[in-house]
Amino acid sequence: MMDEDRTDEAEGGSGIVKKFMYVNRKAPYGTVYALEVLEMVLISAAFDQDVHLVFTDDGVFELKKGMETAGIGMKNFSNTYRALEGYDIEKLYVDQESLDERGLAEADLIVPVTVLSRAEMAKLMGEMDVILSA
Amino acid sequence: MAYQANGKTVETDEEGYLVNINEWSEEVAGEIAKAEQIAMSPEHWEVVNFLREYYSEYQIAPAIRVLTKAISKKLGAEKGSNKYLYELFPYGPAKQACKIAGLPKPTGCV
Repeated sequence: MMDEDRTDEAEGGSGIVKKFMYVNRKAPYGTVYALEVLEMVLISAAFDQDVHLVFTDDGVFELKKGMETAGIGMKNFSNTYRALEGYDIEKLYVDQESLDERGLAEADLIVPVTVLSRAEMAKLMGEMDVILSA
Repeated sequence: MAYQANGKTVETDEEGYLVNINEWSEEVAGEIAKAEQIAMSPEHWEVVNFLREYYSEYQIAPAIRVLTKAISKKLGAEKGSNKYLYELFPYGPAKQACKIAGLPKPTGCV
């Protein structure tokens, strides 16, 4: 199912709004992927697109509460996910199986999310115009 | 580039943003403001302090759109407008106010 391209009239523009999905699959520290995706999402928020964030595989750790990063000398960017709401990015989805495999539950996460089964996630992905995975 | 405050040298990057946010103090802010040719009033401090609180909560400097929305919520719609903020910080509230607040340049701000 695809919506017709909606137009954005609020800012006086006529830009096409596409459904974007950013898929986070890696643990938050150790590689730069999680932070880079987060920065890309924050920048893309300026373009008023329909943004969806997915956390699957080790990516679910990105939302884990209570991260302590002082020991590895990295900035703790967990709380930045809480800022997404202010950027009007509120469509966050987490893969149920990935949580289960890691002994995590929705209550362990730092922001409100929608937990989806693999089948539901696949269906949602099918509805996107653009998917970026990291 | 660097600022002098309280007999100490505070390092900045080539655009004048503090390298280490922990070196910020009100005196440092005063020096940065002077370099930006801004006379700090209570209204300026209100925005600078707001940004510092935002940063300590979310670990990022907000985009201007997010800043105006958050300020509206906390300090009232009149202060949460681009016009009000640009009057205080003519070269861009996100850019100038963040610099004075010792924050890094806002993400997505070129």
